[in-house]
Amino acid sequence: MIKNIVNLGDAAIYCDFGNEVDKETNLKVIKYFKNIKDKNLKGVTNLSPSYNKLIITFDLNETSFDKLSLDLSNLDIENEIENKCQKINIPVCFDDEYSLDISRLEKKLSKSKNEIIRTFLSKTYFCYMTGFIAGMPFLGDLNKSIMLDRLETPRVKVPKGSVGLTEQFCNIYTFESPGGWNIIGNTPIKIFNSLSLSKPNLINPGDEVSFYEINKKEYLKVYNE
Amino acid sequence: MNEYFKVIRGGINSTFQDEGRKNFSHIGLPSSGVMDKRNFIIANTIINNQKEDPVLEFAYQGPSLKYFGNKRFIIITGDVNFKITKNNKKEILGKCYKTIEIDNGDIIDIISTNKSVYGYFTVNGGFKINRVWGSYSTTVRAEVGPNKGNKLLNGQNINLNKSSVIQSRSLNFVNSKIEFIRVIKGTNFQFFSDQSKRDFFSKVFVVTKLTDRMGMRLEGVKLKNLKKTNIKSEGLVKGTIQVPADGNPIILLSDHGTIGGYPKFGVVISADYDKLIQLPPGSKIKFKEILLKDAENLYKIYNMETNNILNKIK
Repeated sequence: MIKNIVNLGDAAIYCDFGNEVDKETNLKVIKYFKNIKDKNLKGVTNLSPSYNKLIITFDLNETSFDKLSLDLSNLDIENEIENKCQKINIPVCFDDEYSLDISRLEKKLSKSKNEIIRTFLSKTYFCYMTGFIAGMPFLGDLNKSIMLDRLETPRVKVPKGSVGLTEQFCNIYTFESPGGWNIIGNTPIKIFNSLSLSKPNLINPGDEVSFYEINKKEYLKVYNE
Repeated sequence: MNEYFKVIRGGINSTFQDEGRKNFSHIGLPSSGVMDKRNFIIANTIINNQKEDPVLEFAYQGPSLKYFGNKRFIIITGDVNFKITKNNKKEILGKCYKTIEIDNGDIIDIISTNKSVYGYFTVNGGFKINRVWGSYSTTVRAEVGPNKGNKLLNGQNINLNKSSVIQSRSLNFVNSKIEFIRVIKGTNFQFFSDQSKRDFFSKVFVVTKLTDRMGMRLEGVKLKNLKKTNIKSEGLVKGTIQVPADGNPIILLSDHGTIGGYPKFGVVISADYDKLIQLPPGSKIKFKEILLKDAENLYKIYNMETNNILNKIK
């Protein structure tokens, strides 16, 4: 199922599952990721699943690219991965002070703010992966009518909690960070919790995520809790 | 009696680190850990702590710390200017790779790293901190690690474990400079023009000021991408050389983002990482292409060298 395996430097394996970005390909990546994680292969230090790639880093003192590639090819990948996928509802406030790029969106998409928000809220999104910054979920796919490119010049600081759109994806900034996604709103809830070892990420790969609208008063109430 | 340091000045970026945190990359947390592994191991070995004990890593300007407790030893590794002001106001100029005895009221002022970036500080007995998610490493950007995931702040305390009696120890060691940083071709190497491929392995690049624990931005000949300047976001590893649309390479370091969409030109080999990260802004770098098998052998040699150094501790 892995189309190609190559080394990435001297301490990582790059598993290529193809170039497609869709749920089917991504579920294959997640399946491999979960199987490898459960089997504790010798020397593996970190796993980074993404849309259609899986990168495995290892400790060069314990194994090597050749040895670990062999371990991988001998690995019994169980089809039945435990299906722990959750359905998660995220509240978002779309007030102007939070929807930083709404006028860009209105102009580029030739739609009103209300239409954009209704279209955005009408779908349930699949979590392809988490990362870049801790806990940030990459969700998709957006309705075609609200897809657009990232900002020409990325923001130096995107506020924590911002909900952004780019291409067929949406995400949530778990920390203040540089970034180039089109920001349409902000959620007051904590998506990444550094104090919770058992469940630091609210949203994990394979989860189904939907959004609902809240007003500023509700936003502040949750925010201050 | 509780023994501790009072932090008079936190320094630019002083954090607790160990060898790094495993198994959290998939949630967006990089391994972090010490930038210069060899100097970390030397520090813990000279002071007789465990290999996996945490150290305090500092960059450029380190912390200034006032000590409250019984006599004990400290060690600083790297290429570092520091002084110790004794209780009687007498000043002692510090020497790296040599245990130094401190007493109640002494102030250790880690003034600066010298033509390098990172240095390491620890005490015998070690710091009284807890592992977070299996590691003493700090990822400031994710607020994960000891000290609430923060760098050292002015006015805070650092509690210390009881110290055992050790003998004064030292090592005669000078950090060597490197001629080349060796690189294995990356997964998108073929995206670049033949001229750029040649340029990368023959021209000089300069480390810019936009350099920290996350990454090192370089300037030099711009690398021309003939295929596409963005790829679908995918995982990243320490040492990856990314080239965004502007053609200037960025080398990802220990606190790197875990996912990114810039083409991967190459990856710095493990054996050269310690030396790469010690290059301050303004340094010149030349790269050399190397094959995987040779990189693996160089890593074995790197380990042997480290062991040889540790065996010279007296």
